[in-house]
Formats: sequence, structure tokens, C-alpha cells
Amino acid sequence: MFEFKNVYINNYYTLAGPLEKENGLKNCDFFIKDYYYGAKTIEQAESKMQKTVLNNLINKEKPEAILSSDLTNQLTASALGAVDSNIPHMGLYSACASFSSILITLGSFIMSKHIKKGLCLISSHCLAAEKQFRFPVEYGAPKPKRSSQTATAAIGIEVSSNESNIKIVRGMLGKVLDSGVKDAHNMGAIMAPSAVDTLINFLKESKTEVTDYDIILTGDLGKTGSSIFKEVLKKEHNLKIKNHLDAGGSIYKDFEYSGASGPAVLPLILLTRILTSKKYKKILCLATGSLHSSLLVNQKNTIPTVTHAIYLEVNK
Amino acid sequence: MVKKEEYLKLVEKVTPKENKMENAINSFVMGGVLGFLAECIKLFLVNVFSIPVRDAIGWTLLIFIFLATLFTSLGFMDSLVSKFKSGLIIPITGFAHSITSSILDYRKDGFVTGIGSNVFKLAGSVLLYGILFAFIMAIVKVILYV
Repeated sequence: MFEFKNVYINNYYTLAGPLEKENGLKNCDFFIKDYYYGAKTIEQAESKMQKTVLNNLINKEKPEAILSSDLTNQLTASALGAVDSNIPHMGLYSACASFSSILITLGSFIMSKHIKKGLCLISSHCLAAEKQFRFPVEYGAPKPKRSSQTATAAIGIEVSSNESNIKIVRGMLGKVLDSGVKDAHNMGAIMAPSAVDTLINFLKESKTEVTDYDIILTGDLGKTGSSIFKEVLKKEHNLKIKNHLDAGGSIYKDFEYSGASGPAVLPLILLTRILTSKKYKKILCLATGSLHSSLLVNQKNTIPTVTHAIYLEVNK
Repeated sequence: MVKKEEYLKLVEKVTPKENKMENAINSFVMGGVLGFLAECIKLFLVNVFSIPVRDAIGWTLLIFIFLATLFTSLGFMDSLVSKFKSGLIIPITGFAHSITSSILDYRKDGFVTGIGSNVFKLAGSVLLYGILFAFIMAIVKVILYV
């Protein structure tokens, strides 16, 4: 458990793709019109998305470190995105759970006074992820209903010790669990056990109840994963949660698949929908990650999963 | 954590089922339509251009390969394939589609390192096992008929 003091979110910027716009995503700072975003390749487009976010967040006082994450080969988009920024950079990969792990790392840097201000950058690109993890983009491989689609989005969050109304209070790194599921389509089923595990551990260590939070926001469990998540909580821990929202399951309307996935989904919904609604003051984010690769799937391994938690408090 | 077997049972219960019957009918009809079209084209070639039947079959296949490649490049073949599934994947259109989509994905990664090494990413197994089984069947034929 990480207890943070004087770590705040000062500023943020969100960027999303055409499909997200079509589905009526509101309060987003910028939408890209096409998946190439003026770049030659989709990977370069993703890094350009990160650059746009970065340039919109840098003001007079430069951040002392950038921590970024994405889903492409060895964090290609993050590396390209940080070029020319002239700011120390570190890439951090925990698949779709990267949001929480980056905030926890930045929070620790700030707590230990090594830096005053840091930047968290996260992106995911629908086509780049498709090429990386599944089939070629133009190959219309039949998708089952349980599968999810990677969202196209990039977000940036400025974290510093300067006081603001959004406070990072606690964080918890999750354990890597073996889901026992081999089917990489069913990411909800892969990630649900670790979401349950981290939630239970978080509640135990922080000595809180589910009802203490205004909302428990999970990353990209999707519709299938959310039902499994609730079912396991009820069966194993006799816990019913009413204040649960799954970011991935709620981003697209009337979606024929399970929902959206990707590391940027949770922060995108958090920044555009949860923080702007002013209704929620105590927000527990469970960023769920399925740690799979095409190598692991081809070798018929069961897929490991991890969930990192971060707890935010909004004043005012 | 829940026991593995119990958890997998729960997953199976909650996961939405695929509509196999609908998929099968879709594919069956689409495959049939493709076959019908191919037969029409073949007859057209034989009767109008007076091409021998054996050559007309080759030309028909070429026409389908060309169309699948063109549609993939124009960007709407993928939605057709995800709708009609095996109806378009099993015929020669699927082979052409898999090759073209791989080329499109890797067209910026260089002619050798990109297109050259990835062109048969999906179709490679069809080629390899096709050739292997043709070889085995040829041996069987030789043994049976000599």
C-alpha cells in the first residue's frame, strides 16, 4: 500500500479517435479525424497523438520526468512520443493497468522529493494494437461477442506537489495472478480475478468498505468481465457492489462486442466523465491488465493478469 | 481466489454464446452464392469467348482472386469477411484476402523485411500443409495404382 501526502493532479489533456467521437464521448479536448493523423504509419500516428498531448501540457514550468506507456512493440509509440521533448523519460508497461502503476510511481517520486512535477502519458491505438496482438488490420477475422476492441485515445496527466482539488491519496500494486483462461478474446474473464483480488486487498489494508467510495471504476473488463467480476465478489466474498462502473463497457453505445480495451480507456472515462460530473468525490480506480502477448497465446499458455489500484479524492 | 475449475465454469456460464446456427447459415449461403457466381462466369467465358472449359476455370479463379484483392485494398472486404465468415474465408477469396491484408499491414516496413517476410503470415500454413498433403496423397496414389 502506498500512502501519498501532497500529491495532486494539476492538469490533464485528453485526445480520442473517430469511433469514440461517433459514440458521443463528451468533454474530450481533441478528436483525431482519421487513424493516420497525418503520419505515415499507424505507430507513428500513435506517437504523434502522445506528442500532441505532451505539447498541450507543457507550460512554463517543465515537468522533471515523463512516464509513459502504450501497447505497441517495446513501447515504440512512447519512445517516439518523448523524442524532442528534452525531458527525462521512462517507459512503464503493465498492459492496460499502466495508468495506476504510472501514477503510483510518479506519486512515489514526488513523495520522496526527487521530483516536483511529473507527467503521465498513456496512449492506445485501435489499429496498432490490432496489428500487434491479433490479425492484420484489413483482415476481417471474425470476432466473437466476448472480445473487446482497443480504444483509440491518448491522455496526459500532470502530477505535482502543488495543491489542487484532485488529490492522489492511496495506491496499491496488484499481484500477478494466473487467470487459468487461455482464450485471449475473453479479456474480461482473464482480468476479473485480479480485479477482485486487488479490490479485496485494498479494502482490507485501507480498512474501508465498498460503500465508502462514491464510485469504483474498473478499467476494461467489458460487459462480460463486469458480470464475472460481480459474480465472483458475490460468491467468494459475499460482497455486493452497486457503485461500480466499467470504463471499457460504457464507452461505446450498443456495442456488439464486450467493450473497449486499452490502457487509455480508464483515464479517458475518468477525466472526461467522472471528474467533470462533480458528483463523485471518492474515486477508486482499478486499472485491470491482461498481460498477454501473441507468443504466450500461440504457446497455449494460460494468461497472467494484474490489477493496480489508485484512490483519488476530489475536493469542492 | 476461486478454484480454477469453478472459475472456468463460471466464465463459461457468463460469456455470451455465439450464434453458431446463424453463422453457419450465413457462411453456407455466401459460399453457395460464390459458387453460383463462379459457375455463371465460367459459362459466360465458355459460351461468349469460346474458351475451353479447363482454361475458363482458371480464368474464373483469377477473377475471384483479383476481386478479393481489390476489395481488401479498397477497405471493405474485412467487414464482408467478418459478416459471412467461412463463406468467404474457405474459398480462394479468403486466401487472396489474407495475403493482401498482410501486405497492407507491412507495406511501410520495407520490401524484404516487411512485405517479403510477412506476406504469408496467415496464408503460409495453407501453403505448407497444402503442399505436404499433396505430396502424401501423390505417394498414396503411386502405391495404390502401380
